[in-house]
Amino acid sequence: MIRPDAPVLLEIRDLQAAVDDQPILKGVNLTIRAGEIHAVMGRNGSGKSTLSKVLAGHPAYAVTGGSVLYRGENLLELDPEQRARIGLFLGFQYPVEIPGVSNLEFLRVATNARRAERGEEELDTFAFEDLVRERLAVVQMDPAFLERSVNEGFSGGEKKRNEILQMALLEPVVAILDETDSGLDIDALRIVAGGVNQLASPDNATLLITHYQRLLDLITPDHVHVMAAGRILRSGGKELALELERSGYDWVDQELARLGADAERQPAEVA
Amino acid sequence: MVAAPVTSAAAAAPAAADASAWLAELAGALLPSRRQEDWRFTDLSPLLAIPTGIAAPSAEPSVAVPADPWTGLSLPAGVERLTGADAERLLGTALTATGAADHWPVRLNAGAAPAPLVLRVRRDGGSLELPLAAPAGDGLAAWRLLVLLEPGARLELLQVPSAAPGQRQLLSLVTEVVLAEDARLSLGCLALGRDDCCLLNHLVVRQAPGSELLAATVSAGWSLARHEPRVLQERGAASTRLRGLQRVEGHQLADTHSCVRFEGPEGELDQLHKAVAGGAGRSVFNGAVQVPRAAQRTNAAQMSRNLLLSDRARIDTKPELEIVADDVKCAHGATVSQLQSEELFYLRSRGIDAAAAARLLQRAFCEDVLRFLPAAARRHDPISALLGDA
Repeated sequence: MIRPDAPVLLEIRDLQAAVDDQPILKGVNLTIRAGEIHAVMGRNGSGKSTLSKVLAGHPAYAVTGGSVLYRGENLLELDPEQRARIGLFLGFQYPVEIPGVSNLEFLRVATNARRAERGEEELDTFAFEDLVRERLAVVQMDPAFLERSVNEGFSGGEKKRNEILQMALLEPVVAILDETDSGLDIDALRIVAGGVNQLASPDNATLLITHYQRLLDLITPDHVHVMAAGRILRSGGKELALELERSGYDWVDQELARLGADAERQPAEVA
Repeated sequence: MVAAPVTSAAAAAPAAADASAWLAELAGALLPSRRQEDWRFTDLSPLLAIPTGIAAPSAEPSVAVPADPWTGLSLPAGVERLTGADAERLLGTALTATGAADHWPVRLNAGAAPAPLVLRVRRDGGSLELPLAAPAGDGLAAWRLLVLLEPGARLELLQVPSAAPGQRQLLSLVTEVVLAEDARLSLGCLALGRDDCCLLNHLVVRQAPGSELLAATVSAGWSLARHEPRVLQERGAASTRLRGLQRVEGHQLADTHSCVRFEGPEGELDQLHKAVAGGAGRSVFNGAVQVPRAAQRTNAAQMSRNLLLSDRARIDTKPELEIVADDVKCAHGATVSQLQSEELFYLRSRGIDAAAAARLLQRAFCEDVLRFLPAAARRHDPISALLGDA
């Protein structure tokens, strides 16, 4: 849902980042307003996963330039946990298995950290169980998964559902979903996409990072961006994703070659 | 010249020499040195910082035999205490069978001559907690136990050795266990210590075919702790599960030397030893598994998992498999790792701060062993002590 007057939730300006002194992001610009769903597409190595990690505050990535404002606040100076508490959520491409930490306990501690930040009272074990059972419905998840260790022995689809369950509990303002569609069969993809659609509202925003069109058949983006070589090369509406589906990414190389001579040049907007 | 309460190096050396001589006299043998393979990684000098004498409430510690500390002990139905000649006849049976009687810590324990507690379990003995609280007074506090389970008997036993508040003590614990056919024992030892105290803990078990042993030892906080669980499956065909968890901080040292020997076929061993080392602490694990020719179709698995929290801490871990039989399964492995950065980031990305995330991961690491302690251990809140916020 595009409303030009909706408040800006995330404003990324000329963001540059490196890992192990290797520049990955080379000037990303992106503005996300409340109510919008954005999709960032691109080939492997284009920098789209790095963008998600940098926004969430992964310590292995060093920001070397530019700025990110989250609801007007400098996001980059906050610890990862503080970013999460104020409403930024990263759905992991590869959710981490944590043996010995119960999923239920993990979800409760995380939910309470977010609630405390919002000035809401913390939930005790019983109140939390009621909440989590209600939210399980969003991703049609079996309550048995609550009793297991975090993601341990979960299938690919179960891990991604667990990510969306966390999103349902944390009620983020900006959710970044990194390759949430990877490794999912069509049924799991429908369930996960259904969860994302249920959670989208006029007050929040979603940034989908994906390789393929198939997720976008189920979640309709308002804006589609194509990333290459650490920048957003082209932006457009949902039809851009369909065009990519038809023509592939080969044009990207030509465009990069054309831009190569002038690295400072901003990418052209496509209507 | 004013006498100051400062111990100079010149004064300390004779004190240590005195302590060494006193301990050697009590044990009837010189202290083990690091030139001996079994003590290669274990510096016993913390023992020499403990005042000499038997810990006793009196002002003047002496080597007098203490009174029987077990008179007030109430036992569950099915468990009886043996005394006199009946007890004497049984004492030492497992020590002799395993060759542990000559081990220095066992000799030291014998030298202290603690009043033995000999328990016989005839049927289901239920659950028993032995609070091994050292009496007040600096020095050596020793306990000697023997637990005998008759055929088909069961018992859950929790030992909680603890030093007296404010006293510098060396705790010595020797436990013998004899499991007859089809007997089942769950034995827990929860040993939460202090930086100015040491613990020498020997567990020696004889297992008959069909018997099941679960022995879990959890140890933290001692200046020096040495645990030596030794199990002998006398005719094989028994089940042995060993669980160990030790945590060191500061300059603490914890050392587990285990030994499981199969004297017959079709025995099983499932062993997991874990260590958490922070500060400049040092953890040692040596796990011997002996499978002679008679022990065909033995199935043994040993795993050592270690968490290194500081770059000054040190972990030494070594499996020691002696396998002669040819039709056996013996698996072993060891890992040493730090807290995983991807796990930490995942937790932090959900609003859990870095310190809480680290605690959650350490807690998970420890729970893996804690859950094998008898339920009564929960009351002592071991996890808080292990995570250093007791």
